[in-house]
Amino acid sequence: MTDHSATPPSSIASSGSALMKKRNRHQKVLQGLGIAAISFAALMLFILISSLVSTGYKAFYQTHIQLEVFIDPEQISADNLQRGNFDDVLLDSLKVYFPDVEGRANLRKLESILSNGAQFKLRDRVQADPSLIGETVTVNVPVSDDYDQLAKGMVDRDSPANQRKLSDIQIGWFDTLDEAGAITQPINWALLTNADSRFPELAGLKGALVGSFWALLVCFLISFPLGIGAAIYLEEFAPKNKWSDLIEVNINNLAAVPSVVFGLLALAVFIGWFGMPRSAPLVGGMTLALMTMPTIIIATRAALKAVPPSIREAALGVGASKHQVVFGHVLPLAMPGILTGTIIGLAQALGETAPLLLIGMNAFITSAPDSPLDSATALPTQIFIWADSPERGFVSRTSAAILVLLTFLIAMNAIAIYLRSKFERKW
Amino acid sequence: MSLLKTTVSAAALAALSAGVAQARDEIRVVGSSTVFPYSQAAAENFANVTGAPSPIVESTGTGGGMKIFCGGIGEAHADLTGASRAMKASEYELCKENGVTDITEVQIGSDGLSIAVSRDSEHDWDMTKTQVYLGLAAEVPIDGEMVANPYMKWSDVDSSLPDEEILAYGPPPTSGTRDAFVELAIVEGCMELPMIADKGEDWAEENCARLRQDGPFVEAGENDNLIVQRLQADANAVGIFGYSFLYENQDTLKAVAIGGVTPSFDTIESGEYGISRPLFFYVKNAHRGVIPNLQEFIEEYTTEDAMGPGGYLSERGMVPLGDEKRAEEQKEAVEAVNMAPKSS
Repeated sequence: MTDHSATPPSSIASSGSALMKKRNRHQKVLQGLGIAAISFAALMLFILISSLVSTGYKAFYQTHIQLEVFIDPEQISADNLQRGNFDDVLLDSLKVYFPDVEGRANLRKLESILSNGAQFKLRDRVQADPSLIGETVTVNVPVSDDYDQLAKGMVDRDSPANQRKLSDIQIGWFDTLDEAGAITQPINWALLTNADSRFPELAGLKGALVGSFWALLVCFLISFPLGIGAAIYLEEFAPKNKWSDLIEVNINNLAAVPSVVFGLLALAVFIGWFGMPRSAPLVGGMTLALMTMPTIIIATRAALKAVPPSIREAALGVGASKHQVVFGHVLPLAMPGILTGTIIGLAQALGETAPLLLIGMNAFITSAPDSPLDSATALPTQIFIWADSPERGFVSRTSAAILVLLTFLIAMNAIAIYLRSKFERKW
Repeated sequence: MSLLKTTVSAAALAALSAGVAQARDEIRVVGSSTVFPYSQAAAENFANVTGAPSPIVESTGTGGGMKIFCGGIGEAHADLTGASRAMKASEYELCKENGVTDITEVQIGSDGLSIAVSRDSEHDWDMTKTQVYLGLAAEVPIDGEMVANPYMKWSDVDSSLPDEEILAYGPPPTSGTRDAFVELAIVEGCMELPMIADKGEDWAEENCARLRQDGPFVEAGENDNLIVQRLQADANAVGIFGYSFLYENQDTLKAVAIGGVTPSFDTIESGEYGISRPLFFYVKNAHRGVIPNLQEFIEEYTTEDAMGPGGYLSERGMVPLGDEKRAEEQKEAVEAVNMAPKSS
């Protein structure tokens, strides 16, 4: 007996070890493949993020010019501030640095160092405080995109003059201003606080952020209660028969329908039949809600299923009604799972582009919406518009906007993970 | 709980949709992606200068814009549409059916279509329209017969052209740029062949206008920046897009000359450069005085600062009209002169 168990017959041992070797080899190969797949995914992610960061970081700072501006009462009268000659006033303060520049064409060129928005920035300041007329104020305004690109080293100064947009003289002007200490490169808060603009140096994401917020709010208000309601009914109250099976299959299929289909549906139904406004975040939110609802229903049903039957039975045992069991005990215990599913569904909706393009949320609008009925863009559609713009400054801004969108997505997923780990109960 | 939430959200939704009926106080512009930058500039400037709500500008393509514009009268429909070609008779019919009868047609300027290659290309590119046609059309005449395009290299088309594979990136059929390219370069190039010229224009439009689908011509989508990027990756590929994109990317791209003429503001305006097209916008006159600020916006849209030389039309890479024609168009726009009915 002892003999047998200690040394098995040699023939079995040798064939066994060959089998073991083969099994081990298979396992090693599988492990290797797994590691290769993960490293490949990590590499792709790294390439994506690093290419975004390497082009996008330049949009997070912006070249500004600081000028001492005399608000000339002869040019600007308090009665007509809206159409005051603020550009001439700004040009006068630029001319201080370049007394030799003469002629209308040259002065126009000199003025083009300043962003088109500079005059309006100054105007708004004077409008807010008319007593500034007749005073000398220090203003800090963005330079136009071409000079911004120059300051950021995106223009090759050695290339032949006909291959760049700035002539040698214009580059000389900029260098003079730089040596005089008038050029600064502060953090570009305008990227978050300005609405869209056709000038890259003025364009920001405010309109898109507010539009996305309204759309997600509408989406949440519709899909969360409806989704949970549907899930509770299907899971707790519905009789198990052919109909409920059919509904279940349909909901699972609905979750896999391409988003562009929902966009077409919204275009035909919400805008065509109901006559709702184009480009409005309300319509966008309703469209996204159609997409998010199946996700929420599936997540909620899974969370409800995960609550152990003992909870239900105990509650029923002490005389609670079915209604009390569900709303008093099962639903609160399932809430962390439901919230996680909802947040992930909303994060998906935040990044959704195709349905929003179809309902016209890719319009050019230079102000942020005040309500869900005002026309607006959303973050992904704003990225789409910027990616399509010819100006150089929009290349880095597109990447920067993608980084902002990714930040929001990561934040939402982090909240979902936090909620899950904090409130999840192990049974 | 769920019931309560459902009721609350239903009430919130009802409140929201009750507002749908409220008056629209911003102007809506749709239309061609070529006119889009110009409308953007006008809209932003208008909002900045007057303090009125910023007009909403959507780039829908010429055909898509016409569909929305001709959808009817009222707040749900757009006020202006931009177009990179004149309104077609069928579109005018659609407008008329939906009650949109008073339309002003305004030409704002012209746009050159450019064929461009990367600056990395060693060759000096110069071809005639006929050579463009022979390189890119689906069917070409060989020995008096229309046959599938056999040319794979530009040097096969004509020995004076570079010894490079034919590879062109261009816009898809939904694009106004594509329509214009086919009409101005391909069909006209085809017509310059003596054998086709005898058969007349209709025959040429029917038989020459298809672009090849066997590889050398690649539809690159509506995103012109994408075409620019692909050209940078492949030194001897040519790209087809509006002149404004070439103008913005002069440091990386160079133009292919057409019949010895390279596109520039001067050559496009004078008509010397062969592939250029007029740009239009259309105003729904029934909306004037109803949609707030529309008349003022049209005035802004057609000021000298906008349409004139050095205005933002030229700033955005398009080409202004001559003085006389411009004054006439400005007058028509402001005075709401209706366009002549179009019939097919």
